[in-house]
Amino acid sequence: MIYLDYAATTPIDKRVLSVITRHLEDTFGNPSSVHFLGQQAERILEESRRMIAGHMGADPKEIVFTSCGSESDNLALRGCAIARRENSGCNTILISPIEHPAVSQTAQQLKELFDFNLETLPVEKNGRVQLQELESRLGPDTVLVSVMAANNEIGTLNPIREIGALCRAHQIPFHTDAVQYGAHFPLDLTQLPVDLLSLGAHKFYGPKGVGLLYVRQGTPLTPVQTGGSQEYGFRAATENVPLIAGMAKGFQLIQEEATQRAARLRPMREMIIQEVLTKIPGSRLTGAEGDDRLPNHASFVFQDLNGNTLIQVLDSAGFACSSGSACKTGDPKPSSVLSHLGYSPEWALGSLRITLGKDTAQAEVDRFLQVLPGCVERVRKVAS
Amino acid sequence: MNQKRAERIIVGMSGGVDSSVAAALLKKQGWEVIGLMLRLWSDPGTQNRCCAAEDVIQARTIAGQLEIPFYVIDAKEAFYQAVVTPFVESYSRGFTPNPCLRCNQLIRWKYLRSHAKALGGSVIATGHYARTNTLGDGTVQLLMSPDPDKDQSYFLHRLTQDDLRNTLFPLAAYTKPMVRQLARDFSLPVAERQDSQDLCFVGSGDYREFIRQQDPQAMKPGPILNQEGELLGQHTGLADYTIGQRKGLGIAGPEPYYVIQKNLKDNALVIGVKGSLERSEFSIHNVNWIAGTAPLDPFRAEIKIRYRSQFVPGLVTPGKDQQALVRLDEPLPDITPGQAGVFYQGQICLGGGTISLEDV
Repeated sequence: MIYLDYAATTPIDKRVLSVITRHLEDTFGNPSSVHFLGQQAERILEESRRMIAGHMGADPKEIVFTSCGSESDNLALRGCAIARRENSGCNTILISPIEHPAVSQTAQQLKELFDFNLETLPVEKNGRVQLQELESRLGPDTVLVSVMAANNEIGTLNPIREIGALCRAHQIPFHTDAVQYGAHFPLDLTQLPVDLLSLGAHKFYGPKGVGLLYVRQGTPLTPVQTGGSQEYGFRAATENVPLIAGMAKGFQLIQEEATQRAARLRPMREMIIQEVLTKIPGSRLTGAEGDDRLPNHASFVFQDLNGNTLIQVLDSAGFACSSGSACKTGDPKPSSVLSHLGYSPEWALGSLRITLGKDTAQAEVDRFLQVLPGCVERVRKVAS
Repeated sequence: MNQKRAERIIVGMSGGVDSSVAAALLKKQGWEVIGLMLRLWSDPGTQNRCCAAEDVIQARTIAGQLEIPFYVIDAKEAFYQAVVTPFVESYSRGFTPNPCLRCNQLIRWKYLRSHAKALGGSVIATGHYARTNTLGDGTVQLLMSPDPDKDQSYFLHRLTQDDLRNTLFPLAAYTKPMVRQLARDFSLPVAERQDSQDLCFVGSGDYREFIRQQDPQAMKPGPILNQEGELLGQHTGLADYTIGQRKGLGIAGPEPYYVIQKNLKDNALVIGVKGSLERSEFSIHNVNWIAGTAPLDPFRAEIKIRYRSQFVPGLVTPGKDQQALVRLDEPLPDITPGQAGVFYQGQICLGGGTISLEDV
């Protein structure tokens, strides 16, 4: 099986695994306990926090550990929108139309159950937020802006530096879901005008079940999960020390290796894009081109093809890929991202995402490109 | 079948005991097995009872336990066109259809086989209770299950030679109790699940309400007449009634009345006393001959006029254009246009077709 679905999740790095297993065996204490075992656990916890903060140019107090990227998004949106409305009365949430459901569904619930206004920003055909449009919508009622740094489905990078600068000029908190972005680019929060930033460890060769939210000091935030005073009171729960330590290791490796990993993956990604567009009739690239997309990410739509079936056929041919419309329960709907970008169902139902990883070999890409055109042809012949 | 065990078999899975055991048996026999589940259309706002979300999880978990790949394929649109629309139309034209027949022919075989081919498997398998037997000339016969209570050959009488040549029935040798025991032996968590449902796509389970919503024209009130043409009352819509129905007519008489005919031309429901219901002759259209061609001469057979009916001996006379005339040795009271008449000789299912409307 050749794995080409690194945007869904990544295998754990052996260097990360050894950190986790060591702490699973040795560091079982509760960091809140008074005794020595508790102190030992807290030491690992705080060392991990310092390590991550140091790598991203943040203060350790700005790192809130969570259970995943989705939880980080939930805490950022719900926590900041509610806290800031308490302080300042402003009530309008601005998000992009291509957010991960962890953001869009949370915003939708804030609208429906908590009476926030929800506005969706216009985007270009490749999914990028238009800065002038954003600026014209920022106003005294804007409580929070959330725009993802890199889209999971179409790989497009957003100009978060510029978006953050605009928000800062209006003194509006800016959240970015960097779950995909953070797996491919070193982060430097001293240079990036972002107030809230979500990460999930399993996208960068860390374990599932752990993530973090960066919270710039002074950003209004109310806890979503209440209870004990862990994580500066922003997230009650006994900390999962072994996984947090594993995430810290994985994050360190990204900061050290991301640039060279990206340099190796970009030409393979370009090769996939060129080959698919020239060899497969009725194919289009989705998302942005060149440096405006994730270095490991190629995504397409194929006309008159069931993306769900294509994933199944590729799987049985030995390749694990993904589709925005694919669903394990066989209930395909055109991806809301592609529909929003103006693709009709005859295109939007036939999407394919190939995402490469640090261990992807050129020979694997070559084999994939040999097999894909035949698979597309076979799927197009299936009765619908 | 003598395929090499390296061949890829696509098994239709529902999450139920039968198809799970079928998949487990194939895996144990050494085939390369892929599980496929069909996602079928259902009444908006309801779940199809043949493929509810918890069934998908169940089937996927079982496939995981068997270590076979498992995919769900979207057959909603195909099912709607091939099964639901004809079901409604058929009621509108005065029939009482059995949607499982078209579902097997067009969805569980034709549609599934098309997907199977894309996945590199030309042979499919299902958890049906039926057997096949290949004759010296290559013709494949469809035979009854050794479990007469569970035999499903009635539902499979529309399959073609090409279908049967490329189908395995792993449960061929087993009875239902044996299959339940196999499920326990394989540690499958399905031994006591319910069988799949008729009218799986009708949310409420009440087909009358469903037809009323889908095609209000089929439910025009009209007169209830006796066989002499005398007006006895009003009916609520012909599709509300089934031939042989006694309850719910709301008409008192010296003897109980039964529905004996639907007169579509006058939108009239014809009722009569029990004796007037019995018939021994009826015609069948859209006949599928499993051997591939119609027999030249009339032949004796045992005939089933619905899934749960007894076998009744009689004479079948093949006609032109996939028609046949059936003369039963003994008359029956509940010969229902739209249900399938299926012909057997001993264990062999020869084929069958749709019971026609009587001329009025």
